[in-house]
Amino acid sequence: MKRFIGFIQKEFYHILRDRRSLFILFGMPIAQVLLFGFAITNEINNVDIAILDHSKDATTKEIIAKIAASKYFSIKQVIDNEAAIEPAFKKGHIKAVLNFENDFSKKLISENKATIQILTDATDPNTANTISNYTASILKNYQGDLNKGATLSYQIVPKTRLAYNPELKSVFMFVPGVMTVILMLVSAMMTSISITREKELGTMEILLVSPLKPFQVIIGKVVPYILLAVINAIIIVLLSLFVFKMPVEGSFFLLGAESLLFIINALSLGILISTIATSQQTAMMVSLMGLMLPVILLSGFIFPISSMPLPLQLLSNIIPAKWFIIIIKGIMLKGVGIEYLWKETLILIGMTLFFIALSIKKYKIRLE
Amino acid sequence: MNKENAITVKDLTKTFGAFTAVNNISFEVGKGEVFGFLGANGAGKTTAMKMLIGILKPTSGIATVANFDVISHAEDVKKSIGYMSQRFSLYNDLTIKENITFFGGIYGLKKADIKVKTKELIEELGLHDEANKLVGALPLGWKQKVAFSVSLLHNPQIIFLDEPTGGVDPITRRQFWEMIYREAHRGKTIFVTTHYMDEAEYCDRVSIMVEGKIEALDTPKNLKTLYKVDTMNQVFLKLARNIE
Repeated sequence: MKRFIGFIQKEFYHILRDRRSLFILFGMPIAQVLLFGFAITNEINNVDIAILDHSKDATTKEIIAKIAASKYFSIKQVIDNEAAIEPAFKKGHIKAVLNFENDFSKKLISENKATIQILTDATDPNTANTISNYTASILKNYQGDLNKGATLSYQIVPKTRLAYNPELKSVFMFVPGVMTVILMLVSAMMTSISITREKELGTMEILLVSPLKPFQVIIGKVVPYILLAVINAIIIVLLSLFVFKMPVEGSFFLLGAESLLFIINALSLGILISTIATSQQTAMMVSLMGLMLPVILLSGFIFPISSMPLPLQLLSNIIPAKWFIIIIKGIMLKGVGIEYLWKETLILIGMTLFFIALSIKKYKIRLE
Repeated sequence: MNKENAITVKDLTKTFGAFTAVNNISFEVGKGEVFGFLGANGAGKTTAMKMLIGILKPTSGIATVANFDVISHAEDVKKSIGYMSQRFSLYNDLTIKENITFFGGIYGLKKADIKVKTKELIEELGLHDEANKLVGALPLGWKQKVAFSVSLLHNPQIIFLDEPTGGVDPITRRQFWEMIYREAHRGKTIFVTTHYMDEAEYCDRVSIMVEGKIEALDTPKNLKTLYKVDTMNQVFLKLARNIE
């Protein structure tokens, strides 16, 4: 045990004296959560739009006032002919133009129908889509006000309720994802680098000649990173709680236990990588390409798995991060317990055991 | 088995696939001897040594180190030996003191013992001012001297040195060999690989490995007489040429 403590102490010297790894360890989680939380967002706020009003009557004025009053849009420009639309877009800051047709009120009354053209700048398709949806819903609202009192013979009224994230905050989606990426990065990449560094420098040989057993060496290398990963998980949860007001509906204990499971899963992957890679460079490349990309692209972190082509959907099943994201979303947002998450948990445990068994086998071969 | 032998090797062989790195070598090293293990790069020195220190399994043959079998009692072998590799074997981002504490710790030394040993070692090497500096900042020759001392921390009976003086200047090499002699006088067995032939002259006995086999094994003096030359360098060249 005393040997073990000395080993861990030495590991902390390595980590604390290497500014680069220290930055990756603690700077990155904070930077990523803040970035994803504040900068990268699917919501729109104060988008600059222009108005082209051919009728300038009471109805169009009411609609324009409604749009101007919403926090989503701010009317930056009023233009008076079609020719001015193109230049308005080209200048760049106008994201949408609302084009009201001639005699808007009159047509609405006589024909029961009037048209507004919504032109959006689709160089950014997501924003364009959101803008047209938001505009449509403002118009629908207004229409509802107009029809008040009048009885329509048939009417279907969809009532939407956004469960678990009523304000559609994108940070709710990013926090579980960022947490997964960070834990994977810290645990898998940093351990594989630190183990291969010993191999590269030749100190691994010295450790293997010492009375320490190979598994003691590996555990000694890994334990500090479990600690650091746990600290990271805590930082991320605190940031999401206090900066982004993201709730943790479920049990903190379960969240902690599942995170620890995922950390151990990632660590075993890191050990596996270090049994294959002989240099720090290779270890880093394998971790980045082999782990980070799938975690970001195929885990459901950014792109929904259900809309992927079938082969990719199947592939996503072998990515531990996918199951962990399901688990933490369940705990943090839905507040569910282990009774709903046992299947995902079992899959993660199974994967972890598999990785550990595989690395033990590989490690033995290397020592022969 | 001779009780007076520190190392006994019989028909030791290591193959990697079709390649035979170490081919049926046998030799004995007596207690307190400085044994030079010579050979060109790729002759199989390091492979043979790795089998003796218990990190590589022999394909066939027997080897005992400090009266322990290297296959069945690798853990006991590890406790009885010190090892210093050709690559620098301390941590550059730890200070001299921290390195000593760490290596003392993994060999199971008590805290109080480590303290005493640290003091002794720093005094012996005259490193008072550097004790709390990172090892990375030391010149190579000093690093190697510290590494050698660290490999002695747990008072091993046998010390394995794998090209300990590679890349070190002649004066430091000389000082290094003085340290080796001092340990030999204290009764420790030294097993050292080198490709500096002048260093071979310092050894009690040397073996010369060529392509996985031991081609010559005797005292430097006898070898020179046998091959009718004046230096070990010429012995070495003659042997290498005969093979070709």
